[in-house]
Amino acid sequence: MNDTQLSQRIGFRVLSATRFAGGFGRLVAQTFSGFLEYPLPWRLIFQQAYSIGVESLLLVLITGVATGSVMALQFGYGLERFGGTLYVPKITSLSILREMGPVFTSLLVAGRIGSGMASEIASMKVTQQIDAIRALGTSPIQRIVIPRLLACVIALPILTLLADYVGLIGAMLVVKLEFNISYSFFYAKILETLTLADLFTGMAKTIVFAFFIAISACWKGLNTEGGTQGVGRTTTWVVVTSSIFIMIADFFLTKFFIITVFPKY
Amino acid sequence: MNLKTETKIALSLRDLKKAFGEKEVHRGVSLDLHEGEILGLFGGSGSGKSVILRSIIGLEHPDEGQILFEGRDLVPLTERELFKVRTQISYVFQNGALFDSLTVEENLAYPLRAHTSLSTAEIRKKVNELLEMIDMKGANQLLPNELSGGMQKRAGFARAIILQPKIILFDEPTAGLDPVNTGRLLHNILSFKKRGMTAIFVTHDIPAAFEICDRVGILNQGRIELIMPVEEMKTSNHVLVKSFTTGAHIR
Repeated sequence: MNDTQLSQRIGFRVLSATRFAGGFGRLVAQTFSGFLEYPLPWRLIFQQAYSIGVESLLLVLITGVATGSVMALQFGYGLERFGGTLYVPKITSLSILREMGPVFTSLLVAGRIGSGMASEIASMKVTQQIDAIRALGTSPIQRIVIPRLLACVIALPILTLLADYVGLIGAMLVVKLEFNISYSFFYAKILETLTLADLFTGMAKTIVFAFFIAISACWKGLNTEGGTQGVGRTTTWVVVTSSIFIMIADFFLTKFFIITVFPKY
Repeated sequence: MNLKTETKIALSLRDLKKAFGEKEVHRGVSLDLHEGEILGLFGGSGSGKSVILRSIIGLEHPDEGQILFEGRDLVPLTERELFKVRTQISYVFQNGALFDSLTVEENLAYPLRAHTSLSTAEIRKKVNELLEMIDMKGANQLLPNELSGGMQKRAGFARAIILQPKIILFDEPTAGLDPVNTGRLLHNILSFKKRGMTAIFVTHDIPAAFEICDRVGILNQGRIELIMPVEEMKTSNHVLVKSFTTGAHIR
């Protein structure tokens, strides 16, 4: 690759990133002004929230149990060498509520719902249904973006709550079977360790993740070009971008909560 | 002299210019649409016929020029300001563009729910009346993917006229239809024409345009090169007209 090609490639990347940042920011601004301009389409919001919940529930529950169980196993065998098995309930439950529940649930929703949302909107774009929404004197922001955004913001914390719950049950079963720690001891340690702040900070993270999943799916879907191939590219882009964002945002949100909510730890 | 020139102008395009990147699509499109007339628009593929319709309704933003409707220029209007205009000027998409997650009834009811305060029963009554008019009685609960191409286009047409707009923009409504379905759609359009419908009919379908249009314009090299009454066009020896009516290539 010569210098010209390299600079062209860098220029193209910078242009794409700028276009994304500008377009994303514009959609966020339009969406927030949409909250003030239009009546909220509650029927569509609840339809979407229900659909997200139903479509993701089984996946989230299975992943929640598996995550809790694996973490209990890893912490159990890791700490057993130092005689720290009794700390497993405490560490596992904190990890599930603060990190694993919110992050895994959000990644699953990004993969399952974000991709579905993006491909649905992209298909609507390439078949002129988005144009039809506008041509009929209505707004795609009100009809497409706001319902999906609010549905994600409602459904994701609820799904996370369920994932946390089944994750703790999975961990409880594993420590009983593998390390002979009783259910009552595990339960008592959970009550002793966990605070509402642990639960709420985890759920608060998912609101930020939900925001990004929905907005990136809507933005990319509404800007899809190139027919059915474009729909495929949009879907992949949304899953990859949302996942990266979730991981990066998780670091900053964790740092933020450590400074603001959990300063003593 | 054409009688249509004596009627009131419903819509006027003045020197519209539009480019997509390097490609200049419109280099000064001007035309007048009279009340009660159907104006056909011919032009080669990619000549910008659909872009004219999209510009009128605000789906594309012209770079320059004016679109005058009811005494005001639509070009500088915001998306929000265009909502009202779009209840008065409607668009019939080439493929119908029905919302595929909604039934036929819900598709037709969509504009009524968005822009009127009619009750559910009144909306259903209106939808049923229109479905009967377009020979789709009983198709209420079908989804768009359960309809034939012709039915999708007729349902798209019904959705576009349900608010009784002043102007209807047809974007190649007969494209891809067999003669029977083309005939049905044209029959539907003609029945509304008798009630005084004003429309622009973008098409490559010369016989269909000759059947329903009052005048026809030809878009060539970014401009409306000529507009003439259908009867005149049928006998015209103009090179551009000949190239369309006989299928010869336009340079």
